[in-house]
Formats: sequence, structure tokens, C-alpha cells
Amino acid sequence: MGELLIDNAGAPVPILAYQLVSLIIFFAGIYGFFTRRNLMMMLISVELILNAADINFAVFNRYLYPGEMDGMFFALFTIAIAACETAVAIAIIINVYRNFGNAEVDNLKNMKG
Amino acid sequence: MTQQIIFYLLAIAITAFSILAVISKRIVRSATYLLFVLLATAGLYMLLGYYFLFAVQVSVYAGGIMVLFIMAIFLTHKPGKDIRTKKGWRIHASLLLSVAGLLLSGYIILNNAIGIVQFIDKEELTMQQIGTAMLGTGKQQYLLSFEMMSILLLACIVGAILIARKTKNDKNESNETEL
Amino acid sequence: MGYTLIILLLPLVSFALLGLSGNRLSYKKSGVIGTASLLIVALLSFYAAGEYFVTQKAGAVFQTLVPLNVLWLNMGANLHIDMGILLDPISVMMLVVISTVSLMVHIYSLGYMKGEKGFQRYYAFLSLFTFSMLGLVLSTNIFQMYIFWELVGVSSYLLIGFYYTKPTAVAAAKKAFIVTRFADMFFLIGILVLSYYTQTFDFGTLTSGNSAVFQQAISTQFMGASALAWAMALIFVGGAGKSAMFPLHIWLPDAMEGPTPVSALIHAATMVVAGVYLVARLFPVYVLFTPEVLQGIAYVGAFTSMFAALIAIVQTDIKRVLAFSTISQIGFMMVALGVSKLEGHEGLGYMASMFHLFTHAMFKALLFLGAGSVIHAVHSNEMENMGGLRKQMPVTHLTFLIACLAIAGIPPFSGFFSKDEILSATYQHNTGLGVWMTLVAGLTAFYMFRLYFSIFWGKEKQHAHPPHESPKSMTFPLIFLAIPTLLGGFVPFGQFVTADRAPYTIHMEWLVAGISVVVALGGILIARKLYQHPEKPTMVPSGLKGFHNAASHRFYIDEIYLFITKKILFNGVSRAFAWFDRHVVDGFINGLATTTDWFSVRIRGFQSGEIQWYAWVFLFGSLLITALILFF
Repeated sequence: MGELLIDNAGAPVPILAYQLVSLIIFFAGIYGFFTRRNLMMMLISVELILNAADINFAVFNRYLYPGEMDGMFFALFTIAIAACETAVAIAIIINVYRNFGNAEVDNLKNMKG
Repeated sequence: MTQQIIFYLLAIAITAFSILAVISKRIVRSATYLLFVLLATAGLYMLLGYYFLFAVQVSVYAGGIMVLFIMAIFLTHKPGKDIRTKKGWRIHASLLLSVAGLLLSGYIILNNAIGIVQFIDKEELTMQQIGTAMLGTGKQQYLLSFEMMSILLLACIVGAILIARKTKNDKNESNETEL
Repeated sequence: MGYTLIILLLPLVSFALLGLSGNRLSYKKSGVIGTASLLIVALLSFYAAGEYFVTQKAGAVFQTLVPLNVLWLNMGANLHIDMGILLDPISVMMLVVISTVSLMVHIYSLGYMKGEKGFQRYYAFLSLFTFSMLGLVLSTNIFQMYIFWELVGVSSYLLIGFYYTKPTAVAAAKKAFIVTRFADMFFLIGILVLSYYTQTFDFGTLTSGNSAVFQQAISTQFMGASALAWAMALIFVGGAGKSAMFPLHIWLPDAMEGPTPVSALIHAATMVVAGVYLVARLFPVYVLFTPEVLQGIAYVGAFTSMFAALIAIVQTDIKRVLAFSTISQIGFMMVALGVSKLEGHEGLGYMASMFHLFTHAMFKALLFLGAGSVIHAVHSNEMENMGGLRKQMPVTHLTFLIACLAIAGIPPFSGFFSKDEILSATYQHNTGLGVWMTLVAGLTAFYMFRLYFSIFWGKEKQHAHPPHESPKSMTFPLIFLAIPTLLGGFVPFGQFVTADRAPYTIHMEWLVAGISVVVALGGILIARKLYQHPEKPTMVPSGLKGFHNAASHRFYIDEIYLFITKKILFNGVSRAFAWFDRHVVDGFINGLATTTDWFSVRIRGFQSGEIQWYAWVFLFGSLLITALILFF
């Protein structure tokens, strides 16, 4: 395990270390998404999850296909998508706040059977 | 060795701040922790040698998106107020599931990551390379995605305006709730 | 002669028009549309008949003409179903009969049905019926005939149940449909057996007399008879159902619940002779290959005609008397077919049967329309409410008398000639049968004049409205139909329709004619003595009391049917099925429903509307599946 995390010989940082970091961000985001009532907080959690994905794109690109740029570009595009998603989500949240007086997810239960 | 030290510093920061971001009771603090996570992530990109990505991460994510967040939080929250969370059992269930997922994914990674550790080279990508790849139409060039993205952004702008726009009727009603 | 297609399709168009426009058309318009289309059909039919009988005679034999034959369903290498039009002497003759009677009924209904609710619907159904009946007689193959056969059944059902608010009418419609449908099942089986062995539906091939076609069907034996005999017998059962032969006759008297013009059209002149037409159509097969079945047909016909005549004597509802008389007359036709051979003088019975079909259609339609006119005037079907109507209703009286004389067989009315031919043919075949049929003829005269005297003679009854003659639209058809009733006998029918298609000159058998006239006159005189002054209590000789009782209950045939269906079938057989259905089949379905309900009540909680909960469940499932793939 140790030699996987700290590699003295070749590469500066092993891929596994990056992945564990991204994994932790991802599941932190999941946890936040499940437990928060506030829509802004849920959005923050979603940003964490997206960020974790970005890291993976970049890392896989660099370690597995260093000659190509696909991963980096996907990370770029994902950032753009995150920006879009945030803009729309915030617009929705503001609308929710306007209609209900707070920005809590409990207001939105129209899907209840 | 220096790189490894920097990486572990960043890794510890990311882990700590991301967990703090999701358990903090104050929303502004959460947003700040998120900012830290994003900045640390930018540091990771720097370590990997993706300087352009680093710049984009800092300017778009940590700059643009975070400003949006802060503004939205100001619009929808009374300052200094604690944020309510879900009921207890739901928190436990979520924690359980997150940890289980973490373990499962970690197990998979551990079982598959051995052998792919080589970091082949880290020559810097020039802006010319990036620009050619982004605006070319050949193999592994991304003009189509780029254009799609611009359309998506346009659609988002229109959508966001449409959703957030006040209709004439609720202008009067929502005066007191609005800032 | 491609224009015969118009004859067939025009009523269909008129049905679609009237049926689809419903109440949007006024009474007058819908009546006029229906009648006008029928007028065109009738004129075309007359023209077609004229053209056919003049031009289609090659070497003294009438040719079969197929102006149209379209492949409709291909069912394998040899077997295919066509749709087409077949013209030969009997189909052309039927064309004339149907269109004439149908036209008269259309005109008559303008007066009779005036102001009825659903007038438009009535005309639409009449058109549908006319279409189906024309299609039936013009069919080129037995399967096409079966299709139209069923359509005829449906339109008969619709018209009997026209007064659908009346429970008896609904019951009668159902009864008619079920009984004829029951018979049609045998018809279908017969068709299937026949086509299985002969590999054809086509009438042209079947009636060509070519024994190679039936080689296989004859050589296959099943329960002591050849497959062909079974098939032809089963087909006859279908015909017997439509033609109300014993014991499938029970629906016809009840069918009188329909409007009277409908009875005249369907249950007297056209549909009920479909069975006769069917046997005539397949006559070469019967006579050449299955003479034993033909013999059976003769005996069924003979028994039915006597049986129905006996019942007709004691019925008090005038329409029912006519209904039983119809059954009896169809029996005559069946007997005539049954005793016939194929060629020349031997084939007299076939000619006589068709001749009687023709004249019977005219005078029986006249009788029904006359009865309708009487009912219209006195608002009752029962004889006891009638009497002395000859002064109030002169036209109806006169035409009714003509028809009665015709059916009784008094010269020179049309019925005399056709019935005389039938009796001659019967004597030729078997003297015993001849005597039997002569007796039936006497009974016919008796019950018809019982009817006549009870309606038009005797003491006048008190009525809420004094009876008066019917409007012109009703008396015109009576007068029109009286013409063929008077003169139809002088048509040289043998020149046109014979078993072998070669013209045949009818000879009077003076002895037979003399006997039948004497017997008929005897019947009339007895009826006159008993019923001309019906204010005298009707004497029933004490020895005949039992018979009288039985006959007025129609010899308890309906009761026997009810016993079989209700007691035996419903109680015995159906009960077990019902139990199975209720407990096993329904139980299974209900069990499914209960289980679903049970689960859904428990699952409902998942549908909380909370997006986070959904996400939780989604992630849980994903992880579960991942774990399963990973570890198992």
C-alpha cells in the first residue's frame, strides 16, 4: 500500500492517490446532497461531485494517455457545463425562494405519489 | 519529493474542506470551504502540468461560479442563520451509504490501479496546441464540442433569465420578501 | 352485365348514408333516400332479369354468368375465397323477388312507420338487409354466401329488435339470432368439411356434376356415412335454421315482434327462403352424390309443413298464423326440392319449388302487408279484436282475399299453379307423401280462411278509433303485389328456371289439380261454416280438446327447448364451468389484483416526492448492482 501512495522511483505522485482524493470529494458531495434541506447547499454538494469528476478526467489523461488532450478538454467542458448548471439552478432557487419564502427542498414535493 | 509534499498538503486540504463544506451549519462558510476545495483542485491541475486548466478552474470556477453562489446566497438567506438539515435517521442512512460507496469504489480502485502508476512526461502544453485542438475539426479536435458548448451557454442564459424573471403580477406581492 | 354490381352496392351506400347521418336527416328525406335507391335497384333487377333470360340462352340451356369475381383471400395453393357476382336463373329470379318485395315494403313503411321513433334507423336497417340478401343470392362461392348469410342474420336481429324498449321484442331478437346462429355453426362446419375434401368453395366447380371433385369426399367414411353426406347434411342444417324447419322453427313466430313490414320482407318473402335457395343452389351435389340427404330434406319439409299447419289452425294472433303458414309453405318448397331429380320431367320438383318460392314471396308479402294494414287500423294483433272490417277497409279486404285464395290454391290465382306442380312432383315420387301434402294443402286453405273470416266478417267490434282504410302509401303496395298474385301463375316458369336449365313445358296434371282444388274448397267451406259468424262460440269437438290445447302451445316445443337449455345445460353443464370461472379464473385474476394492491400500498411510501430520497434509492441500487457484479 505504501509504495502505491509514495513512489520514490519513477512518477512523482501515483495515480491512486489522486483517485482517492477525488473519491473523497465525490462521496462528501453525495453525503451533502442527501442530508441538506437547503437548495443552495445541495447545489454546493453537486459542485463538489462535478469537481471530483473533473479531477478524474485530468488525471486519467495525464497518466494513461499523456500524448493526447481528451481528458483535459472534457474537464474544460465540464467546467463550462457546471457554470451553465449553476446559473440555471440558481435561477430556479431564486424562484422557489420567491414563491415559498425560503429555499428549502421540502417545498418541492409535486412528484409525491 | 517536493511534488509529493505539495500533493499531500493539497490532498489533506481538499479532504478536510470538502467534508467541512458538507457538514457546516452556516451556508456562507460552506461556500467558502467549497472555494477552498476548488482552489486546491486547481493546485492539483498545476501539479499535473495542465496550466490552462488551472487557469480556467481558478477564473471560471473559483472566480465566476463562486461569485454567483455568494450572490445567490445573499439573495435567498438571512445572514447568520443556521441551516437546517434532514432528520436524524436520514443523516445516518446517508452517511452509511456514502461510506459504503466510498469503500466499494476504493476497493475497485485499489484492485485495478496497480501497474498504471507511470507518469510518462510532463512537458507543458502550449496555448497553440490547445487552441488548435479546440478549434480544429480533425481527429481529437473539438470544434464541434466547443460550438455545442457555446449553444448550451446561450440556452442557459436564456433559460436562466426566463426562469428568474419576475412576471408583472408577482412584482407587487414579492416586494417585501425581496431584498 | 357488370351493372349488377350497382344492384348490390346501392343498398349498401344507402345504408351507410342513412346510418351515418342518423337523426340529422328528416323523416321524409331518409324515407325518400331509402325508397329511391330501392326503386333504382328494382328497375335494374327487372332489366337484368329481362336481359339475362333473353340473351343468355345458349343451345336451349341457360348459361351461368359471372360478371365479376375478385380474389379476396388466398388460403394456400388450391383454396381461395373470391368475392363476385353470379348470375344464373335462380339468382336472377331471386333478384327480382327480393327487389320487388323490398321496394314494396319500403313504400309501405313510409305510411306504416310514420311518426315512429327511429324511423331513419329503420330505413338504414332495411337497406342493410336488402344489401345482405342480394349479396347472398349473388354469391359466387359458398364462403361468400356464408358471409352474407350472417349479415342477413344480423340485420334480421336488428329489425326484430327494432322496438328495443319492448322486452318481448328484445327477447325475440335474441332468440332469432341465437337459434339461427346455432344452425349456422353447423353450416360453417359443413362448409369446412366440404372445402377440406374438395379444395374449393366455388359454386361453379361444385355444381358442375364432375364426380372427380368429390372423389375424396365420397370415399372418406365417417360414422356410417361419407364425408360428403355429412357436409351436405350439415349445410342443410344451416339452411333449416334460416328457413325455420322443424325443430329450428321456434324463432320465426317470435320474430313477429318486429314491425309488420319487416315480417313481410324478412320473415315471409326473402330471408326465410334462404335455406331453400341454398339447397337449390347446391342441388346438383345433393341429387347426384347424396340422394339420401335429399330424401331426408324431403321428410323434414313434409313433417314441418304438417306440423306448422296444425299449429296455425289454433293461433289467435294474426301475425303468428301467418308465421306458421310461412313455415308450412317453406316446408312445401323443401319437399318439392327433396323429391326432385335432375333432368327433364323428373326435375319437376325443383322447378315447382322455385315457382312456389316466387309466388309465395308475392302473396305472403301481400298477406303480411294486409295484416299490417289491419293492425294499423285496429291497433291489435288479436283476432278477437277484429271483425266486419270488410266495409271499412275495402282495398285491404279485396287484396287480402286474393292472397288467401292464392295460398289456398284456388285457380286461377298464382298459388294454385305452383302448389299444383309441387303436389304433382310429390305424387310422382311417392303417393303417400302426395296424400300427406294434399292434406296439408287442405289445412292451409282452412286456417287461411279462418283468418280471413275472423278479420273481415262477423260482428263489428268496438274500437277507440273507428277503423278506416290505410293511406295510399300502404294500399299501393297491396294493389301492386295483388297483380303478381293474380297473374303470376300464368308465367311460363318452366321456360326459365329448371333443374337442368333446359326449358320445360309445364303440363297440368288434371287429376292432382282436381283433388287439390276440391280439398282446398273443402277447407274453405269448413272455415266459412265455423268462422263466418264468429259471434257463435267457437266449437271445438270434445275429442280434439287435447289436440287443441297442445297445438295452441305449439306442441310444447319451446318448453322442451327451455327444459334442455335451462335445466340440463345451465344447471348441469354450465354450473361446473361457472364454478371454475368464478373460483379459479376469477380467483386468479382477483388474486393478482389483491397482490398488486397489497404491494402498492407498501411501495407507495417510496414515492415521497423528495428528490433526495429518490437519489438515495438510486445510489443504493447502483451500489448494490456493482457489488453483485463484483462479488458474485
